[in-house]
Amino acid sequence: MSNPQQLRYSKEHEWLSPAEDGVATVGITEFAANALGDVVFAQLPEVGSTVAAGETCGELESTKSVSDLYSPVSGEVTEINQDVVDDPSLVNSEPFEGGWLFKVRIAEEPADLMSADEYAAQNAG
Amino acid sequence: MSSSASHPLRHTALDALHRSLGATMTDFAGWDMPLRYGSERDEHVAVRTRAGLFDLSHMGEIAVTGPEAAALLNHALVGDIASVGVGRARYTMICREDGGILDDLIVYRLAETEYLVVANASNAQVVLDALTERAAGFDAEVRDDRDAYALLAVQGPASPAILQSLTDADLAGLKYYAGLPGTVAGVQALIARTGYTGEDGFELFVAPADAEKLWQALTDAGADAGLIPCGLSCRDTLRLEAGMPLYGHELTTSLTPFDAGLGRVVKFGKEGDFVGREALRRAAERAAENPPRVLVGLVAEGRRVPRAGYPVVAGGEVIGEVTSGAPSPTLGKPIAMAYVDAAHAAPGAEGVGVDIRGSHEPYEVVALPFYKRQK
Repeated sequence: MSNPQQLRYSKEHEWLSPAEDGVATVGITEFAANALGDVVFAQLPEVGSTVAAGETCGELESTKSVSDLYSPVSGEVTEINQDVVDDPSLVNSEPFEGGWLFKVRIAEEPADLMSADEYAAQNAG
Repeated sequence: MSSSASHPLRHTALDALHRSLGATMTDFAGWDMPLRYGSERDEHVAVRTRAGLFDLSHMGEIAVTGPEAAALLNHALVGDIASVGVGRARYTMICREDGGILDDLIVYRLAETEYLVVANASNAQVVLDALTERAAGFDAEVRDDRDAYALLAVQGPASPAILQSLTDADLAGLKYYAGLPGTVAGVQALIARTGYTGEDGFELFVAPADAEKLWQALTDAGADAGLIPCGLSCRDTLRLEAGMPLYGHELTTSLTPFDAGLGRVVKFGKEGDFVGREALRRAAERAAENPPRVLVGLVAEGRRVPRAGYPVVAGGEVIGEVTSGAPSPTLGKPIAMAYVDAAHAAPGAEGVGVDIRGSHEPYEVVALPFYKRQK
């Protein structure tokens, strides 16, 4: 499994796209999606709500478990992926593309986001 | 999950094969077992509509043989095992003296004086110890046969045709809960028409050395019919939809068969005394006069999934507890089994919900099972 080089990664297995006009896209990694198994329900943060880096902002339910969704950055949610709400399996089939979760206007980002290589090293360890 | 932290995980005869298939493995009762090979939902659907192939070699086989094998099992278990015909099988339970369920079992009568008892992996040692202790005074032998067998299951509507293509055995004449010795793909097997999925299907007990050959033959024979390898994750959602209890969830030592709604497995009329008789008689009366909590089905109106241990609520009060819960691929909604107070146990009972991490989600009370195959 390969993690796209242009993205950055949190230790909770979220990815963050490069910001455009201050807005970045957030999803979970393929590693995380595989660990969860089939995602059946995604509770995403509300548009307009404020999320904080490293804090829970939603839930992902799979057959076997429920996992908290963390935001990799702080900011305001500008959009959620309605396609994932309607069909949560997109998180498994296209974690880095059609399975994105929400967009956030970045107010503050932590210093410890990882590169693709650093993230791969974390998972190998 | 790390129940076996002090012991190395046990591996089935098919371990290398599972890894070559890219299975996600999990620690199940001390065994390293396939959880899923790909999507557990796809595996579930395959069993409901085509066929799935399982490695169930973690199950605990115990042989009971000898002139008084039938009498021993009638004494040790709650069912009438002596009445099981040769070549037939029976779902039954083993209880403590106080009526608490030690395990649920399938017992196959292989010959007049030869039975195969199949216990859950997590309870195999407990069952073996109890049977051994209860055998005192009987002319019968209890033998640990866990290492003698690998167990493969082929389940789903296409499974009879798939299996028939590999054996001369008379599968059409093999009834549900029957078993006969036969040869499958050149491998000696006990062919049993049993399963834990709510579908037609077979369980094949074979020598561990033959397991890989049989797995391969079934995979090849089932390819055109859409058979795929299936892990324990979908086995759990399949049995949940079929309303089948799982030990440690719906069945525990603190419940009697009557508490679990399975009093029918207790046969008071059988010959001879049996362990737990007096306590079970009281439990039967209690269940009839003043039922404690009742096992029911719950179907979600929303999409959040109930999990084992979540409280069932009504009118702000806790009225029960979820024992198993999962998203149901067949119903397309979350479902659960739960023990609830009798006053709220009738199908359609008003105002019942599940406390899902602090939020009370509405649930419909339904009769079990959630799914019954069309015959």
